[in-house]
Amino acid sequence: MAQIFSSSSNTIARCSIVAFVIVVVGAGWVTDAIFWSPYTTYVHIPQVQPVPFSHKHHVDGLGIDCRYCHTSVESSHYAGVPPTETCMTCHSQLWTQAPLLEPIHRSLATNTPVKWTRVNDLPDFVYFDHSIHVNKGIGCATCHGPVDQMPLTWRENTLYMKWCLECHRAPENEIRPREEVFNMKWRKPGDQAALGRKLVAKYHVETDRLTNCSVCHH
Amino acid sequence: MNADTPLDLEQIRAQLNGARGRDYWRCLDEIAGTPAFQEFMHREFPAGASEWRDEVSRRHFFQIMAASFALAGFSACTKQPLENIVPYVKQPPELTPGKPLYYATALTLGGFANGVIATSREGRPTKIEGNPDHPVSLGATSVFMQAGVLDLYDPDRAQSVLRAGQPSDWTTFVSAMNAVMQDQQNRHGAGVRILTGSVTSPTLHSQLAALLAKYPAAKWQQWEPLMRDNVREGARLAFGEIVDTHYAFEKADVVLALDSDFLFTHPASLRYARKFADRRRIKQPGGASMNRLYAIEPTPTITGAMADHRLPVAAMEVEDIARALAQRLGVPGGVGVTSHDDWLAPVARDLQAHTGASIVIAGESQPPAVHTLAHFINEKLGNFGKTVTFTNSIEPAPVNQLASLRELVADMESGAVDLLVMIEGNPVFDAPADLNFADALAKVKTCVRLGSDDNETSRFCHWHISAAHALESWSDARAFDGSVSLIQPLIEPLFEGKTAHDVIAALAQQPGRASYEIVREYWWGQGWPGYENWWRAALDKGVVANSAAPPRAVTLAERPPARAAAAAPPKAGATLGKMEIVFRSDPTIGDGRFVNNAWLQELAKPITKLTWDNAALISPALAQREKLQNGDVVELKFRGRTLRAPVWIVPGQAENSVTLHVGYGRARTGRVGSGTGVNAYALRSSDALWSGEGLEILRTGETHELVSTQKNHNMEGRDIIRSGTLANFKADSHFIEKDQEPRPERKDTLYHPDEFKYDGYKWGMSIDLNVCIGCNACTIACQAENNIPVVGKHQVSVGRDMQWIRVDSYFRGGLDNPEMNHQPVPCMHCENAPCELVCPVGATVHDNEGLNVQVYNRCIGTRYCSNNCPYKVRRFNFFEFNAGMTAVQKMVKNPDVTVRSRGVMEKCTYCTQRINAARIPAEITGRKIRDGEIVTACQAACPVEAIVFGDLNDPASRVSKLKQQPLDYWMLGELNTRPRTSYLAKLRNPNPELTV
Repeated sequence: MAQIFSSSSNTIARCSIVAFVIVVVGAGWVTDAIFWSPYTTYVHIPQVQPVPFSHKHHVDGLGIDCRYCHTSVESSHYAGVPPTETCMTCHSQLWTQAPLLEPIHRSLATNTPVKWTRVNDLPDFVYFDHSIHVNKGIGCATCHGPVDQMPLTWRENTLYMKWCLECHRAPENEIRPREEVFNMKWRKPGDQAALGRKLVAKYHVETDRLTNCSVCHH
Repeated sequence: MNADTPLDLEQIRAQLNGARGRDYWRCLDEIAGTPAFQEFMHREFPAGASEWRDEVSRRHFFQIMAASFALAGFSACTKQPLENIVPYVKQPPELTPGKPLYYATALTLGGFANGVIATSREGRPTKIEGNPDHPVSLGATSVFMQAGVLDLYDPDRAQSVLRAGQPSDWTTFVSAMNAVMQDQQNRHGAGVRILTGSVTSPTLHSQLAALLAKYPAAKWQQWEPLMRDNVREGARLAFGEIVDTHYAFEKADVVLALDSDFLFTHPASLRYARKFADRRRIKQPGGASMNRLYAIEPTPTITGAMADHRLPVAAMEVEDIARALAQRLGVPGGVGVTSHDDWLAPVARDLQAHTGASIVIAGESQPPAVHTLAHFINEKLGNFGKTVTFTNSIEPAPVNQLASLRELVADMESGAVDLLVMIEGNPVFDAPADLNFADALAKVKTCVRLGSDDNETSRFCHWHISAAHALESWSDARAFDGSVSLIQPLIEPLFEGKTAHDVIAALAQQPGRASYEIVREYWWGQGWPGYENWWRAALDKGVVANSAAPPRAVTLAERPPARAAAAAPPKAGATLGKMEIVFRSDPTIGDGRFVNNAWLQELAKPITKLTWDNAALISPALAQREKLQNGDVVELKFRGRTLRAPVWIVPGQAENSVTLHVGYGRARTGRVGSGTGVNAYALRSSDALWSGEGLEILRTGETHELVSTQKNHNMEGRDIIRSGTLANFKADSHFIEKDQEPRPERKDTLYHPDEFKYDGYKWGMSIDLNVCIGCNACTIACQAENNIPVVGKHQVSVGRDMQWIRVDSYFRGGLDNPEMNHQPVPCMHCENAPCELVCPVGATVHDNEGLNVQVYNRCIGTRYCSNNCPYKVRRFNFFEFNAGMTAVQKMVKNPDVTVRSRGVMEKCTYCTQRINAARIPAEITGRKIRDGEIVTACQAACPVEAIVFGDLNDPASRVSKLKQQPLDYWMLGELNTRPRTSYLAKLRNPNPELTV
C-alpha cells in the first residue's frame, strides 16, 4: 500500500501549527486593537452636531462657566444639556442672522428641540452621578478632558469600566480642591499624592466602598 | 400537575389530625406528599423548565429564531451606537434634569378617592406611592393603585373617538351631541339618560345637577357591579336616611366582622388596615396588648385570615347569626336561631366586656338587615360616638343602584331612551344577567360611552370616546371620610383621552371648556378665601384641608326590621345540605376593570395563590363528597343559568358555599385579559347579587389547568413561620426562641468571618408577621419599582414567576377551618450568603454594607446560586421577557433600574437605587443618611407598616429597635446564613373561652 502522507506533510503540519497560533493570536490582537481603537471608543473623534457648537469659543474665548449651561451638574446625576432658551439668552441679541445658528432659531420658533449627538455615553446599566463627583472634588476636565480647547466636542476617555475603576481604586490620584472643579486650567501639583490623600480624608471619600458593584450598578 | 395523582382528602385529613400543633402547611399536595409535588419541589424548576414547551414546535422555533441566535453571539462585539440628546426648548422651571418630580393627586376606585404621590420622570409617570397627608391612604397603596400606572401605558387602551367603530373626532362628536340635545330641548331631555358609577366628585356632581336642571326630564342613573346598596339600605332601615358609617379601629379592642373584608375591599381599607394593625403591633413586651378579631364568612378573605377566631358559615347564615347575637346582647326584637351558639356565646360576652371599645361591622355583600342589626348591636354596646361615628353620605346623590339600573333598563326596553351616555363602566358584561341589559341597549337610538377600554359594552355604542387616565386628567373626588382631593394630570393624554367633565360639558352644550377650567370654576364658586393660595395648597398637599365630613348624630329606629317574610327564620342548621353560590370581588382584578392589567393578572391571589384565572372555590368537604379534584371542570346550575368553571379546593371555605370571583371570562377585552377565567356575572341575577341558595354542581369530566404559585419556591417542611399567642408571649416574652436551635455565632463559618466589617451603614429589614395582612401591595410595588417582567400563565405554571417579593400563605390545623398566616419573602441579604459561594463568575457578590448584589452583566445563567439559595428568592430570566414592548409600554420602566435580559438571574436588591438616591444628597451635604430617609418600594406600599428598612449600625433606627424585640427571628437561621431580613413572629390573641 502506498504511503498516505507524502514526506512534505511534516513541513505542512509544522507550518499549520505555527499558522494556527499566529491566526489565533492575531485574531486576539485584532479584536483587542478594535476594542481599544477610536473606531469603537469614539475617543478623540469630534462629533458632528446640528450646530457646530464650539466649547473652545464659549469657554476659553468668552469665559463662560460650565454651569451656565450644564445647570444641574451639582445637584443631579445628569449635568443637563441647555434648552434652546439658554442659547437664546445671548443669541437673541448676537449673531441673530448667522446661518449657522438657524437650527437654534428654528427650534425656538417651532418649539421643537434640537437633537444633539451624545458625545459621552455610558451603557444603560451604569448609573453615573455627576453631582457626587463634582461635590467630592473631581473636576470636569478629569473625565471630559480639555473641553475648553475643543472646537467640536469629542470624547476624551474610553469611559470603559476599567477606566472608571482606575480612579475608583485610587481617587487620590485625580481628586482636586472643590473650588477648582470647574477650573479648566487647573493642573495637578507636584505633590498630587499628598494633596490627594489629604482631600480624600477631608471630603470623606469612602475609598473601600468605591469598588462595590452597587455603587454604579442598580 | 394537578391531574397527575389524585388527592386523597381523607388521607390528608387523617394526616393533619395526627400532626403536632406546630405543623404548618402550604397546599394540599404538600400534605399528601404526592410524587408530583415531591418532584416539583426537589427540582426547584420542574422538569422541562429549561425547555420550550409551547404550541410553536421546537423545530419551528429554531427556524424563526435562527437569525437571532446567530446574532446573539456577536451582540457583545457591536460598538455602542451613537445616541441623541434632546433637551427642552423651554425647560420647565420646576424641573432639574435627571431628578424626578412628585405630584400629589388621587386615584379613585368605586368612586372613592385615595391620595397618591405620583412620580414623574422627565414628564412620564412611572410610580405611584401613597400620600402620607391623605386621611385614607396614610402613605400606603393598594395593589390596584400600584398597578394604575401600568393601565396608563396599556397599548389596548381606547385610542380615539370612534363612531360606529370607525375613527372619528371630538368635534364631530360634539356637533352630533349638539344636534341630539337641541332635539331634546322641547322635550326637556325626556329621552336622555346618563349612566355613571358611584360619583363623589363635587365638580362632576354639580355639572350633572346643572344638566338635569336644564333638562328636567332627563335622568342620571348609577351602577357599580360591586355596589354598596346593602350598606345604604341598612343605614336607611336603621336611621331612616342614608348616612355613612365610619369605624375607629384605633379605639377598638374587640372587632367582629360579619362577612366584611374591611381590611381589603372597603373604600377606606387602607386606613382601617393601618389603624387595625396599630392595635396588634407589640410595642413593649411588658404591657403588650392586642385587639381581638372575630370573623364570620363563607370564603376566606384577607380579613378572615387575620382573625383570631374565624367561623366559616354560609353567606345566607350570617343574618341568623347576627340576629342571634343581637338577641344575646339584648337588642329589642331580635330573634335568631343558629347552630353556632357555642361559638357565639363567648363572642357576645367578649363584646359586652368591651362596651364602647368594640366594633361589629357587616360586609357589603350581606343584606341590609345585617347592616341594620350591626348598627343596633353597636348602639347597644355603647360604640356610637366612640368607635362608630356617622356622617352624611359622602356621595352627593346616593341611590339604590340596582333600582337605578332597573329603571334604566325598563326605560330602554320601552324605547324611551334616545340618548344614553355611559361614563366608564361595562354594564353589558356586569349587569345582573336577568336584566338582559344588552338586549335593552340595542333599543337605544344613540349610545355613547366614555371608556378607557374596548369592552363588551363598547360594541353596542354608536360613539366611543377614549377616556383619559386619572394621571392624564383634571378632576376631583372625595375619600371615604369626605376629604376632597384635586386630581391633576402628570402627562398630556396619550390617546386623545377625554374626561367625564368634558363629555358632560359637551352635553350641556359648553364643549369648549377644558376640564381644568371646569374644576377650577367649581371650586371658585365655593367661595374659599384667598382662592389662588387655596388652590395651590390643595394641589400641593393632595387633599383639601378640613374638608372631611363632620360627624353627625343619628336617631336609631325603635327596633331592627323583622326577618323578611319570604325568608322566615330557619331552623338551626337548616341551610346545611343546600348549596349556595357566593359572588365576590376578585382580589386582583376587582370587578373586572383590571382584567387587562398584566401585573394584577399575574399576581397570586391571597390564600388560593391562583394566577391568570378564577375558579369555583369549594370546600374540602364538598370536594370529598363530590369527588372533585383541583382543576376539575364542573357545570354550575343556578336559577336556570349555567356556567362551566374549574374548581379549586380552599381550606377554610364554608362547606356548602361555592365562591366565584367576578370580572373574568371576558368576551371582549385587551390582549392580556382575553381568554382568562370564567364569567361569574353570567350566573349573577338581581335576586342573588352576592349570594343565593339553590346551586347545583354537575361534574363534566373535563379538566382545566389552574395555576397556583402556592407550590412554587417551596422551602420544604422547615421551621419557616413562627407564631404563638399573646398569652404565651406575656408569660415568657422570649418563648419564640426557646424551642429553636440557638443562633449560630458569626465565627461559626469555614470562611473568613471578618471579611466584611460593616463599619459604615449596615442595611437590614424587619418584617412584622403579626400585622401583615397578606394584601400583596408589596409585590406589585416591587414589580413597578424594579421593572420586573410579566411571564404569563404557562411560565408561572413551571415555576418561572418573576416577582422579587412573594407572599407565602401557611395554614395550620384542620382542613375545614385552618389558621391562615402570610409571610412576605424577599431576598434575605445573608451575611454568609450561600449564593455567593457557588457563582463561578462572581456575578453575585457582597458589598461593604451587607447588600448581596447581583451583577447582571457578569451573570452567565448557570442558576447555581438559585439552587443553593435556601430561601428560593432568586428569579431567572428564561426568556427575553421584555422583548417586543412598544414605545408606550416602555414608558412605565423605572429609569433608575436596569432592564434585565434573557439568561440573567435577578432578585431583590433592597432597592439599591433608592439607597443611592438618599446617599448622594447626604454625602454632598456631609451628613449621615437619616433613619427613614430610605424607604424601599415594598415598605412604602405596605398599608400596615409591616416592613421596615434601615441601618442596623444605628441603635436608634426603627429597624434596630424592631430587631431587639424578643419576637425577632431569622428564617432558617440555624443555617448560619445570617440573614439581614428578619421576621417578627406572629401572635394571635385567642379568646380563652373558645380555645378548649
